Amino acid sequence: MQYIPNFLFALALGFGVWFFYNNVRKLIRNIKLGKEADVSGDRSERWSNMARIALGQSKMVVRPIAGFLHIIVYVGFIIINIEVLEIILDGLLGTHRLFAFLGGTYDFLIASFEILAFLVIVSVVIFWLRRNVIRLQRFLKPEMKGWPKQDGNLILYIELVLMFLFLTMNGADYQLQQMGAEHYAQAGSFPISQFLAPVFQGLSESTLIIIERGAWWLHILGILFFLNYLYYSKHLHILLAFPNTFYGRVKPQGQFNNLASVTNEVKLMMDPNADPFAADAGTEDAGEPEKFGASDVTDLNWVQLMNAYTCTECGRCTSECPANQTGKKLSPRKIMMDTRDRLEEVGKNMDANKGTFVPDGKQLLDDYITREELWACTTCNACVQACPVSIDPLSIIVEMRRYLVMEQSAAPTELNNMMSNIENNGAPWPYNQMDRLNWVNE
Amino acid sequence: MSEQLKVKTMEAFLAEGKQPEILFWVGSAGSYDDRAKKISRAFVRLLNKAEVDFAVLGPEESSTGDVAKRAGNEFLFQMQAMMNIELLNGYEIKRIVTCDPHSFNTIKNEYPSLGGTYEVLHHTQYLKELIDAGRLSLTGNEYKGKRVTFHDPCYLGRANNVYEAPRNVLAKTNANLVEMKRNKQTALCCGAGGAQMFKEPEKGDMDINVLRTKDALETNPDIIATGCPYCNTMMTDGIKAHEKEDSVTVLDVAELLANSL
Repeated sequence: MQYIPNFLFALALGFGVWFFYNNVRKLIRNIKLGKEADVSGDRSERWSNMARIALGQSKMVVRPIAGFLHIIVYVGFIIINIEVLEIILDGLLGTHRLFAFLGGTYDFLIASFEILAFLVIVSVVIFWLRRNVIRLQRFLKPEMKGWPKQDGNLILYIELVLMFLFLTMNGADYQLQQMGAEHYAQAGSFPISQFLAPVFQGLSESTLIIIERGAWWLHILGILFFLNYLYYSKHLHILLAFPNTFYGRVKPQGQFNNLASVTNEVKLMMDPNADPFAADAGTEDAGEPEKFGASDVTDLNWVQLMNAYTCTECGRCTSECPANQTGKKLSPRKIMMDTRDRLEEVGKNMDANKGTFVPDGKQLLDDYITREELWACTTCNACVQACPVSIDPLSIIVEMRRYLVMEQSAAPTELNNMMSNIENNGAPWPYNQMDRLNWVNE
Repeated sequence: MSEQLKVKTMEAFLAEGKQPEILFWVGSAGSYDDRAKKISRAFVRLLNKAEVDFAVLGPEESSTGDVAKRAGNEFLFQMQAMMNIELLNGYEIKRIVTCDPHSFNTIKNEYPSLGGTYEVLHHTQYLKELIDAGRLSLTGNEYKGKRVTFHDPCYLGRANNVYEAPRNVLAKTNANLVEMKRNKQTALCCGAGGAQMFKEPEKGDMDINVLRTKDALETNPDIIATGCPYCNTMMTDGIKAHEKEDSVTVLDVAELLANSL
C-alpha cells in the first residue's frame, strides 16, 4: 500500500516521457522529410555559435527589455530544473527533499530557485502585458490571429501556474517544518514563499500536508504536461534553438547557394564536347529530372524544416522587414509558420496513411504562401539578422522564387523583361554590350 | 564632364603582355545608368590620381547574373557567372574592385564554387587601402563640417559585414558624419534589392525608399552618402518624394572623395 504513490508517480512519469518520445520521433521524421542540407564548415565555429547565440542569448539582448526578461525566464527554466531532478527522485523513491543532506548548499539552491521563480512570475506578467495590454505591434500582425495568439498566452499562463505551484509547495512545506511535522525535516531556505505564511495561518497539519502534496503533484504533472505541450506549440524553441543555431548559417549572409543540378546542366550547355548521356548516367539514376526550387515543404532542406519548428513567432524578423514595414503582405514570420503548418499537415497525412504521404492536392506555394508575398522580398537579410535563433526565412523565399521562375516561368513581366535583356545583351537593360565603355568619354 | 579619364581594357593589357594591379568591375549600372556612370567616372578619377594601374573589361564584361539569381533564375545566373569566370580566369585576374555591392557579393561569395576565386573588394575598401598606403590624399575641404549620413547597402553591410571602410574614408573628407537611427546591422533596405529595382513594388501603404529616406532626413543631413548605384537611385527618388531635392543631395562615397581631391 505504501508504495502506491511511488507507483503512480512512475506511471505518470513514464507516460509523460513516452508520449514526449513519440512526439520527438515524429518531429525528427518530419524534419527528415527535407532534402539534404549543406552543413559543411568549421565545426568549432558552429559550436561557438551555439554557445553564443542559444546558450548565451546574444541576439536576444539586441532588444534590451525583451532580452532581459527573456534571460530571466530562460535562466529560471534551466536552474529550476535542478529542483525537478530532486522532485523526480523523491517521487520515485518516496523520499522527501532528497538533496537536503547538502545542508548549506541546499539552502542556497532552494533560495535561488525561489528568487528565480519570483522573477519569472514578474517577467511572465510583463510579457503578458506586452501582448495583451500594451499590444506591441509585432504580436498583432494578421498571422498572429487565432491559435498563435492563444498559444502565446497559454504558455505564459502555464509558466505562471507552475511557478505559483512551486512556491505554494515550498510555502506549505516551510509551515510544516516550523510545526515539526513528521517527514518534514528542516531543510531549505524560503526567501519568497515564507511570505505566504498568512495564507496558511491557522490551517491544521493535515490540511497543510494536503496543500503541500497537492501542489507538489500538480507541479510535476504540470511540467510533464508542458513537456508534451511543446510539440503542439511554438514553444519548441527551448529545445530546437540549440541544434538550430549549431546548423545555422556560417557563410556570409549574402551568399546564396548555387544549385548543383543547374551547374551540371549549364556545364553541358557551355561545353560542346560534353556527352550528355555520360553525365546523365552518373548523376541521375532515378531517371526523373530534379525539380528546381521549392513548391512544397519536401522540396526544402531539413535545416529549413528545422527552422520552421524552431520559430517561436516572436516577430522580430517581421518587424525588421522593409516590405512588411511598408504595408506589403510579406511577413518572414508567416513564411516560417506556413512552412511548419504545411509540414505538420504532411506529417498527419503520413500518420493517417501508414507512413506514406498520399497526395492531398495541396502545397506550400499558393495554398499557404502566396506569390505576392514571395515577390515582395528585397533579399535584404534583415529578417535573418534579426532572428535570435538563426532562422533563415530568406532561403525559403528564394527557393520558392526559383520554382516559380525555373519550373513555371511565372516571374512578374518586368522581371522577365529584365532577364531576357541579360540573356540578349548581358545587362538588365536593353543596351548594346558594345557600348559598355561609353561612360568613359561622356 | 570634360576631364579626360585614363581607362585601359584588359585586352590592351594583354596586348602589352602586362597585368594590371586591379580589375575595376564596372557592372551594368555603372556602365549604362546615367547616374551610376558618374560614380564610375568619380572612382576612375581617384584611381587616376593615385596612379593605379587598373583595367576594365569593357565590352567583354557582362552582367554578373546577381539580379537573375535573386529573382530565382539560377540558370541565367550560372550561365552569366560561368561566362564571366571563363573570361576572368583567361586573363588570370587576381584582384577585383567594384562600386556595386551586388557584384561585390556575388563575385566574392558565389563565383568561387563555380570555379572563379578572386580577391574582391568594394571600392570603399580599396579607397581606404589607397589612402592608408599614402597613394591617395584628400586635400579639398568641399565637405568640411557638412552633415553627411551614410546609408549602408544591404549587400555590403549585413551580407558581408563591411561597415567601417565607407565610414572610414568618408571621415577623410572632414565631413561631419551623422548616423541614422537604424544603421549598420539594423539599417533598413533602400527597397531595390532582390530584383525589386526592376519591377513595381507589391501593394502596400508606402514605398520602401521613401521610408528609408525618412530615416536619413531625420539626421538633418546636407548629403546622403551611399556605396551602391541602386541605393543611390532609390534614395534620390526618396528625396524627391519628400520634396527635399533642393537641400539634400545623394552622392556616392567615391564622388565625395573625388570632389575632395
